[in-house]
Amino acid sequence: MAGALQAATAALLSSTPLKTYGSYRLRLGSAPRSLAGRKGSFLVVRSDAGFGSGSNARTRPGKLIPNAVATKPDASSSSTSSKPGHELLLFEALREGLDEEMARDPRVCVMGEDVGHYGGSYKVTKGLADKYGDLRVLDTPIAENSFTGMGIGAAMTGLRPVVEGMNMGFLLLAFNQISNNCGMLHYTSGGQFTIPIVIRGPGGVGRQLGAEHSQRLESYFQSIPGLQMVACSTPYNAKGLMKAAIRSENSSCALRALYLLFGGGGDGAPGEHVTILTYSRMRYHVMQAAKTLVNKGYDPEVIDIRSLKPFDLYTIGNSIKKHTPRLQSAIIKEFWDYLDAPIKCLSSQDVPTPYAGTLEDCTVVQPAEIVKAVEDLCK
Amino acid sequence: MAPSCGTGNHPSSLIPRLFIRRLGSIKAGESLSQECDDSNFQVLDFPGGKVNFSSELRFLSESPLERISCYRVLDDYGQIISASNFQQVRKEIALKMYSDMVTLQTMDTIFYEAQRQGRISFYVTTIGEEAINIASAAALSIDDIVIPQYREPGVLLWRGFTLQEFANHNFGNKYDSGKGRQMPVHYGCNKLNYFTVSSTIATQIPHAVGVAFALKMDKKNACAITYFGDGGTSEGDFHAALNFAAVMEVPVIFFCRNNGWAISTPTTEQFRSDGAVIRGQAYGIRSIRVDGNDALAVYNAVHAAREMAISECRPILVEALTYRAGHHSTSDDSTKYRPLDEIEHWRTARDPVSRYRKWIEGNGWWNDEVELNLRSNVRKELLQAIQAAEKTEKPALAELFTDVYDQVPSNLREQEKLLRETIKEHPGDYPPDVPV
Repeated sequence: MAGALQAATAALLSSTPLKTYGSYRLRLGSAPRSLAGRKGSFLVVRSDAGFGSGSNARTRPGKLIPNAVATKPDASSSSTSSKPGHELLLFEALREGLDEEMARDPRVCVMGEDVGHYGGSYKVTKGLADKYGDLRVLDTPIAENSFTGMGIGAAMTGLRPVVEGMNMGFLLLAFNQISNNCGMLHYTSGGQFTIPIVIRGPGGVGRQLGAEHSQRLESYFQSIPGLQMVACSTPYNAKGLMKAAIRSENSSCALRALYLLFGGGGDGAPGEHVTILTYSRMRYHVMQAAKTLVNKGYDPEVIDIRSLKPFDLYTIGNSIKKHTPRLQSAIIKEFWDYLDAPIKCLSSQDVPTPYAGTLEDCTVVQPAEIVKAVEDLCK
Repeated sequence: MAPSCGTGNHPSSLIPRLFIRRLGSIKAGESLSQECDDSNFQVLDFPGGKVNFSSELRFLSESPLERISCYRVLDDYGQIISASNFQQVRKEIALKMYSDMVTLQTMDTIFYEAQRQGRISFYVTTIGEEAINIASAAALSIDDIVIPQYREPGVLLWRGFTLQEFANHNFGNKYDSGKGRQMPVHYGCNKLNYFTVSSTIATQIPHAVGVAFALKMDKKNACAITYFGDGGTSEGDFHAALNFAAVMEVPVIFFCRNNGWAISTPTTEQFRSDGAVIRGQAYGIRSIRVDGNDALAVYNAVHAAREMAISECRPILVEALTYRAGHHSTSDDSTKYRPLDEIEHWRTARDPVSRYRKWIEGNGWWNDEVELNLRSNVRKELLQAIQAAEKTEKPALAELFTDVYDQVPSNLREQEKLLRETIKEHPGDYPPDVPV
């Protein structure tokens, strides 16, 4: 299921590959093919490799090979797509994805606060109202539960709405509609009505936006049956996930980080010592930590899981480090026999996010914390 | 039929209407000029348009001098009120309306009894609101999309949902269109354009706005109609949905069944406004109050509302005053919070079905014998339907896991596998009538 979404993402991206912005300036044309071609990940069964088995830590000299993880070795070396890529920022990537889908399917429409002539609070819908009209890029009054409800009704009548929350925290107001209707009506109607709605918005800790605008709500949404949830972390996967979510027949919740560092490059190389699972903004912290770890002689493997509901356990494989307790329990359940060490879960402190920049930084998992956790695990 | 919403082929042709209103409000930077039309009245430009000035310190009263009056066609004895402004209903429609009201009444009685006998788990009656259900449905076309609360099965009945289908749903058997996944009375039928009932109060109101929005986009010659009670008007969703519908100019009828009670909360404790109708103007919505126990009045009001909604592409609010003559549901005993004689009064003297009956009898279209036959036939058909529904198999186990997503994902497949294995190993712990 998550594989289907990833494969759809991949297929959709292969026609217009993007580069990620940053010092690596990589062409990730190979990634789609590798994701699409992936059957069972070769990460899964690694019982001989000895994860974190202490003093036998094998060193592998330094360079991170910036390809998507979970590739088959031959796919990663295949040539990139024939079409040239172009650089985009994340919001531009989201916009490109949205624009393409709106051009392709007249049923796709956008609704949210300030999405119309203002172009969106984060400029994701900039220019779209001029192109598609006021009705298809609809400005709504301030009532999240209600415009989400409106999106549900429109979806049940055959449209494919994209509901933009100005901040995922505001979608707490929409939680009733999302959990009681979005995820549910397809089921309770006996399959008579589908709700192909996409609910998207930025979330998580940004840059001093205050406690109310820094909520991390993934776990709340993960407990809603019938909902799909994805988190993008690079312009590349943002565009693909946006398109895949719009085309999906299920209700989708698409999170994006409020604040991303640049220079993340591709995912890490397959590693032998430890698997680090991450998503959204944390990807960049993890990549930095991974660099440090490699320099210290460790061999970490980084996976950006992207799909938060359902989890892509296929890709994830064995021993892991992860952020949310939910994934941890799923992994323990599935892969207990393959774990050589207890799973360590790093996440922000259980406090409202403070405003002062220094304090805020301390609530977010920093690369140093990741490095230390890996070191502790591998002792 | 009135032309459908919007002009031209491209959605952008709708831009002018919305755009102009928007421009009107972005004059902030400009003139704060004061024009003197008259030495006593000054007019000023603020965002939102011109307003007259007044030097009088005067507050608007919290309630109007008089309550908004109630539109009525038939008096309490089933006679047309002479000054009444209404549209004549064709005989076949008029008779179908009565027949369906009787069917709804009978259905309610028998299903209620079935619940009391333990044959179904739960039921909600529509007693006292038969005219609202049937007459409003009769005034709509099959293309109009209905987004109900839960006390409007009569609309489904009018559209052709059979007694057997009602029974199948309430028994949750394999022929239920909802596949046995919901409580009784949570009907839904895609092909009859009736959205599946969702228990949450008032969540359907913004859904209806979304439906109307879709109809407007597709330029359909149809409207959306949503029903809710007096209690539902307190929810935030009610407020926002009405506001949205007005701003977005979509063809939706908001039908409030003001039946006096939200479980045990009377309207005096629900709001302090003059019912729901008075609020329409606050949102910029044309509204009407109608006698909900007068089938002809309801028919006329909805008919007119539909015309306006579609031809002018605007929302309309209809408040039907009525009385919830039954309990809230089978889990309620309303004699605990309201006097028995009040309930009896509304069940008898103010019954909408017998009032309408007097009118059709007065036209020479009905008599006692036909009445007896109808009631006995409906009752017989219902009992047979119930018996058949009770005997029918429940939905198969696989249906527990389908329709959560468009395709069954691997985690659910595993869960199904585990469940099947468990049932196989411990059959005694599971109900025998679920087909595996």
